[in-house]
Amino acid sequence: MSPAKWNIILKIHRQKQGEAPHFEEFPMQVDPDEYVLDAVERVWAFMDRSLCFRHACHHSTCGACGMRVNDVEKLTCITPIREVTRDGATLKVEPLRNFPVVSDLAVDMGTFYSRMETVGARAVLPVSEAEIENPPTTWDADESQYIRLADCIECGLCISACPAAATSTEYLGPAVLAGAQDQGLKRNLKLLELVDSEDGLWRCHSAFECTAVCPSFVDPARRIMDLRMQVIEERFKRLFRKP
Amino acid sequence: MSKPHAIIIGAGFTGTATAHDLALRGFDVTVIERGDICHGTSGRTHGLLHSGGRYAVKDQESAIECITENTILRRIVPQVIEPNGGLFIALDESDLAYAEQFIESCEECHIPLEEIKPQEALRREPHINPRVLTAFMIPDGTFDPLRLALAFAGTAKRNGAKFRTYTEVKKLITDGKGNITGVNLLDLKSGKSAELYADIVVNATGAWAGEIVETVGVNVPVKPTPGVMVAFEQRFVQRTVNRLNKPGDGDIVLPQRRMVVVGTTSFEVDSLDYVPVLEDHVKLMIERGAQLIPAIAGAKIRGKYMATRPLIGGGEGRSVARTFKCYDHKEMHNLDGLVTITGGKATTLRAMAEKTADVVCTKLGINAPCVTAETPLLSYRQYYLQPNEDFS
Ligand SMILES: Cc1cc2nc3c(=O)[nH]c(=O)nc-3n(C[C@H](O)[C@H](O)[C@H](O)COP(=O)(O)OP(=O)(O)OC[C@H]3O[C@@H](n4cnc5c(N)ncnc54)[C@H](O)[C@@H]3O)c2cc1C
Ligand code: SF4
Repeated sequence: MSPAKWNIILKIHRQKQGEAPHFEEFPMQVDPDEYVLDAVERVWAFMDRSLCFRHACHHSTCGACGMRVNDVEKLTCITPIREVTRDGATLKVEPLRNFPVVSDLAVDMGTFYSRMETVGARAVLPVSEAEIENPPTTWDADESQYIRLADCIECGLCISACPAAATSTEYLGPAVLAGAQDQGLKRNLKLLELVDSEDGLWRCHSAFECTAVCPSFVDPARRIMDLRMQVIEERFKRLFRKP
Repeated sequence: MSKPHAIIIGAGFTGTATAHDLALRGFDVTVIERGDICHGTSGRTHGLLHSGGRYAVKDQESAIECITENTILRRIVPQVIEPNGGLFIALDESDLAYAEQFIESCEECHIPLEEIKPQEALRREPHINPRVLTAFMIPDGTFDPLRLALAFAGTAKRNGAKFRTYTEVKKLITDGKGNITGVNLLDLKSGKSAELYADIVVNATGAWAGEIVETVGVNVPVKPTPGVMVAFEQRFVQRTVNRLNKPGDGDIVLPQRRMVVVGTTSFEVDSLDYVPVLEDHVKLMIERGAQLIPAIAGAKIRGKYMATRPLIGGGEGRSVARTFKCYDHKEMHNLDGLVTITGGKATTLRAMAEKTADVVCTKLGINAPCVTAETPLLSYRQYYLQPNEDFS
């Protein structure tokens, strides 16, 4: 038994090259239990073939479909329409902030990905090096062969939500600092200079918006705090090492 | 002599892998994609790096392709693979009866296989059905779909391939003598149209392959066959888990990040651009998934989604061969300058690209061997580090 359909207005940010940005409204019928991305994809399939948006996996493993939904950063593939609007209402969908807009809802991930590469944020982690919430009851000796993906899906929601990122395009941003924390200064001391800087760790003023919007349990805010501790520890070490 | 120019339509697994191969063979490559990378089927793939075990009994050609490519991908693109292995588990008499054929077929296809006792299977994977009667370990794995395509695309870009995303091919251009000479494009970012010419056009549009060649009045036997998958919010297993029986609906569970994903089904559709996620298929996934991992019955659903297989040839659903096919339209329809590559699987993307590039090189009289099996791919992030092409 499928629930009653809702009639909503999808209000989508449109922007073609050389044109001013504006909103366009698409009235449509939806199943409240389908995801925001399903509705966006239907606009492309049946109403406007020129709509540009990023998406790939449709189950929160790739991180491509991050958008602002009614002013909040969401991974649209796992956000049920029911959770963000109601029957008869408008649902506003915009591209992520603090990223250059390619067109409509699609943003350019270039700078972000290049920073993730610089800090060596790893996409694949050996089980022994990654925290797992529900580990099997036993790990045996050859477990080191089991490798799993790290949990940051590079969606950029945290960068879009971060008030500090809005003040400087040079700020590394939550995911990048989280990637550096995951690497750890112990493993890669070269990161110290990069993160111990004005546009690194010290621009963050602990708004915790990143952790609030992160769809992948990465908790960048906690990691930033932890990385600060690592940096301070390292500074102390250097202080005492001096003759 | 200037480099030969190849246009590739579609930036899914097949298009990105073909771009990588042709770039290494000295081509000037332009990839045209109407969305971003993985706008079509590829992004929504289940994510099983097949060992071939699933096909060993019924379709040995596919099974051998899988184990060969599985081994190569582990070598050239470990960055996107969880090489954890997989279990085939028997839960009833019919599964046990299948075991004999399974062992024999895997041996014939050279798929390494290890039988393990139920207690051992449960020790390795405590969440699988405790009624497990026997289990086999095989070298299955999982991959991150978008990042697999990005690794091929990013490496191709570093080797000179150009990508025009958010750009739709409207039709193929002919020279009036039955040869394809290029494509008509619409840049969706700007609304501008353009023509682009090449020595060869490769149609790598997967399930949409028929739509492209229809613009010049011919067809290819592609049978779009969607399937539904469901992701749950807990990582119950570290390895892929398959039902030890002939392939059916909802008989594969695999771990991805902090989830498990159950798949899949097989049905037919009329419109390809939007396929609804059928609620009864979702129910079936929960039911079948819970047979393999009982905790799935009470687990929170994280995502429900679907993708459309580009199966080739006639036949019904699961009986259609899972191998791939490269069509030279000169041979098929006396249309020169066009090759269509479709069918296959994510796991066989590199082999599909090799085959296609071989056909292209032969057509253009170019002698350049394939080196992709020995060439490690660069970081998938390379794709976004280099800007894309725009119309100037
Ligand atoms: C449910 C399901 C589960 C699967 N699971 C697995 C698995 O676990 N393991 C595995 O190995 N394989 C799996 N597969 C198979 C695999 O996903 C596909 O074989 C593969 O993704 C096909 O890739 P492709 O590049 O040929 O097609 P696509 O990824 O569809 O690429 C075609 C591209 O062409 C573009 N395009 C189309 N028309 C135009 C145009 N006019 N102009 C510009 N661009 C255009 C599309 O946007 C699209 O991006 C699965 C398939 C399905 C359906
Ligand atoms: S830290 Fe979380 S929100 Fe930020 S990019 Fe990674 S997954 Fe997305």
